[in-house]
Amino acid sequence: MTDGSLPGNLRVRPNVPDLLGLLAIMAGAVIVATAGRHMLVPIPASEAGTIHLNPAWLPAYAVRTTLRMFAALAASLVFTFTYAVWAAKSRRAGQVLIPLLDILQSVPILGFLTFTVVFFLGLFPGRMMGAELAAIFTIFTSQAWNMAFAMYQALRTVPPDLEEAALCFGLTPWQRFWRLEVPFAIPSLVWNTMISMSGGWFMVVYSETITVGNTDIALPGIGSYVGVAIEQRNIWAIFYAIAAMLAVILAYDQLLFRPVVAWSARFQTDEGTTLAAPDPWVLTLLRRTHLLRQACLRLGGMMTRIGWLPLGPRPSAPRRPLVPSRLLDSAWIAALAVCAITIGWKTWAYASTHYTAGQMLHVTMLGGVTLARVMVTVIVASLIWVPLGIWLGLSPRRARRAQMAAQFMAAFPANLFFPLVVVVIVRWHLNSNIWLTPLMLLGTQWYILFNIVAGASSYPGDLLEAAKNFHVRGWLWWRRVMLPGITPYFITGALTASGGAWNAAIATEVASWGDTTLSANGLGAYIAHATVAGATDQVGLGMAIMAAFVLLLNRALWRPLSNYAARHYTFD
Amino acid sequence: MMQQPDTAPPPPKSGTELVRIINCRQAYHKESATDLVVLDGVNLSIRSGEIVGLLGRSGSGKSTLLRIIAGLLPPTAGEVIWKGKKLEGPADGISMVFQSFALFPWLTVQKNVELGLEAKGVPMAERHKLAEDAIGLIGLGGYENAYPKELSGGMRQRVGLARALVVHPDLLLMDEPFSALDVLTAENLRTDLVELWAEKKLPIQSILLVTHNIEEAVLMCDRILIFSSNPGRVAYELQVPFEHPRNREDAAFRQFVDRIYALMTRRAPVVSEADMTDPDMKHVQITADAVALPALPINTIVGMMETLAADPLHGRADLPLLASRLQLELDDLFPLGESLQLLGFAELEDGDIMLTPEGMRFVQSEHDTRKNILWHSMLHNIPMVRTIRAVLDERPNHRASAERFRDELEDSMSPDYARQTLQTLIGWARYAELFDFDEEADQLFLDDETE
Repeated sequence: MTDGSLPGNLRVRPNVPDLLGLLAIMAGAVIVATAGRHMLVPIPASEAGTIHLNPAWLPAYAVRTTLRMFAALAASLVFTFTYAVWAAKSRRAGQVLIPLLDILQSVPILGFLTFTVVFFLGLFPGRMMGAELAAIFTIFTSQAWNMAFAMYQALRTVPPDLEEAALCFGLTPWQRFWRLEVPFAIPSLVWNTMISMSGGWFMVVYSETITVGNTDIALPGIGSYVGVAIEQRNIWAIFYAIAAMLAVILAYDQLLFRPVVAWSARFQTDEGTTLAAPDPWVLTLLRRTHLLRQACLRLGGMMTRIGWLPLGPRPSAPRRPLVPSRLLDSAWIAALAVCAITIGWKTWAYASTHYTAGQMLHVTMLGGVTLARVMVTVIVASLIWVPLGIWLGLSPRRARRAQMAAQFMAAFPANLFFPLVVVVIVRWHLNSNIWLTPLMLLGTQWYILFNIVAGASSYPGDLLEAAKNFHVRGWLWWRRVMLPGITPYFITGALTASGGAWNAAIATEVASWGDTTLSANGLGAYIAHATVAGATDQVGLGMAIMAAFVLLLNRALWRPLSNYAARHYTFD
Repeated sequence: MMQQPDTAPPPPKSGTELVRIINCRQAYHKESATDLVVLDGVNLSIRSGEIVGLLGRSGSGKSTLLRIIAGLLPPTAGEVIWKGKKLEGPADGISMVFQSFALFPWLTVQKNVELGLEAKGVPMAERHKLAEDAIGLIGLGGYENAYPKELSGGMRQRVGLARALVVHPDLLLMDEPFSALDVLTAENLRTDLVELWAEKKLPIQSILLVTHNIEEAVLMCDRILIFSSNPGRVAYELQVPFEHPRNREDAAFRQFVDRIYALMTRRAPVVSEADMTDPDMKHVQITADAVALPALPINTIVGMMETLAADPLHGRADLPLLASRLQLELDDLFPLGESLQLLGFAELEDGDIMLTPEGMRFVQSEHDTRKNILWHSMLHNIPMVRTIRAVLDERPNHRASAERFRDELEDSMSPDYARQTLQTLIGWARYAELFDFDEEADQLFLDDETE
């Protein structure tokens, strides 16, 4: 800063919104500091005593849960800006990193817990930090892959004319990255981050009570609060937890989600695709502040300057590769082949000594059961939500409200509702193989609704008029007019929902209320039981088979379907 | 004055009456103030054996009227009588061709054409035959199994036509059917259609064509209804005295086109005398009928004025001539002319446009002087601009929410037009450095230069 800008600086007088903003920032800082201190304390001797069911403790628990969430988000962002960027920038790295990401995305997240808890507890022996990091890592795994994919996709689709313009102006790679590629990626990155956050809330609630073998840790948070409530059969505590979570999600939605989405809209390159919503009140308030606005502008200015640092070679600089590219390629492929063979060999060696063929067949069968369960729930949910979603989507007013409700519901961790269902099953002695199944889709069914509403509300009005003009009604209308038009949206929604259902299987196929434990047959239950028993081999096998199922399903069903829909059922 | 028909009522035709519209009114309810009236007091009738053209500017409500006749939209007030009975909902015997074609992308040409028959429950074999006849008639033979996206625009509209004709409707409604096509394709399709009509090969009794293209209306129609906007109503009715096929280059044809241009430019002055002479600019009230402005960038306006001022026009031009010189359609030309008139840079009169001395001065000036001239002209001629400037001058921080002015504009136009009008005003005001706009905060403001 030069002296010249000082007088202008002094002229800025704080106002009332400033005061509110500063208070909020200070409160936030205090909360973060307190929670941070707790992370470093030793693991208390009596684990059960640490969680209190008195609702007065809930706000503090909610803060801890939220902070874990944001710590994971920060880690995911770092991952996105390194892994995805590397994969996009380097052709050779991309050949490995992207398939790896695809596999990681299909691995059930909850299964990771078994391995990560042991690892992180080993890193910080006897400290809460280890357990905290394990929980945060679980949330990270639920966010990072999706965000990295979004970033990678965006980086690969930067319009070539913009890329050329940047080259003409002689921007270095660093400058190009921050001035062009990141701004271009922001809308899709923000959108996918929001989707990931929704999944993250589910995981954070689940991962707070860590039971792996004989390690039993409850991290203070809403998830462990619910866990203790289930143990003590305290239904009121469950309701308190749901209320607390509602407050958290509402605050997160209003304070963060909406302002960030509104902000990201300015990076939209194609016009007209965003729903022009009025500015969220937080953004309006921030704009009204004097001091904070100035501070934000300063900060923004500083960030911009970092983006302008002339790091890396100018495009005009001569580039002379040391080794011919062809030679390097051959070496790279050879190295990859060696790695692949070694890994394959090691895996085979491990599998043949640890698993019997019968065991593998059994687990695969269990996978089939869970597959049937996922498919049935997706179909049942579709039968409910498709007609309803179309009805909601055809009226712009209803559509807007439904979108907001669905977004909100998708973010709400459905596992908080599980105990309520379990209580009903226990009370009426219902068949857990059937009645635990709907839980899988409790949280992710909203993606079906969300996408159907989006599809119906963007259905071209003139086609509806044409159908009306030619008296197309009843079943013919559904078959010829409406259903084909929303098919691409439906496939996106069903794909997201079924992906979420696989993940949720581990959390839903086993449920307990007090000392009653309900268990359904399936791969999810297999992994869940193995996790509690600390049987690492079985968890590994279950995860590998589940990942294989998900990958296969994506390749054999969803991808061809969505390609077909993209060819036939889109409006130009 | 616009309501008086220019010509004597046309002699009654021999055909039977298909549709009669009695005192139709269409209004959209608005939350803030009075309802927005799109159509008011519309009366017309369509007989068998004629092609009727509804000619008007976009936004004049002619497409709305078409949808009312199709039974897609119930009128707020008034009646539609279809073959002697009150129309309620989409009627049998009325088919529509859409501006955007409205073909179902997942159905082949054949399936698209069959859709109306399928809805009627026509058996498969008969359906195939009828569809093939219609496809053949309209010149699409061989394309039965293609999907719409494989076809060019002209071909797609042929599918739209075949789909409408296959149910053998009595009345064919066409909503700007050629305006999404390029010039050559549109002409080709128009000629084919007129030829089929003249040879009585079309299985229909009557066509109602909505268009904003004057020549198209004169080329195709037996009768033309000229629509005025705000609210939309039938301002003039003309009988076209030519036999098919018609020749655009024919002198009588040109004269007829000129006459329609003249009719469509004869309109009430936009700014009233009282506004012009108001001495105290701070207390101007916005007149109830603030004009909606089209999305017109200032450089388009400057370009038009420069063309008008230059050789060989020297400040005065015949509108049809200017339209062809600038390659503009009616929809682009009229708003331009009217904006120039609003700013006091040009006058529209009987199908001619001429630059005013102020307009001439603008064209001959340098950039800075031009800014100055526009600055004065906007303040002087556009009440909304005066209000905005007065409010901004009064505020200590020289900022005001744009929403407020949009609301005011909405008293006399739809929210979409209000948004667009303010957008256009902002564009002009930025050129003149009259005020500026903060898109992010949605506020109008004066910066150091505009102050």
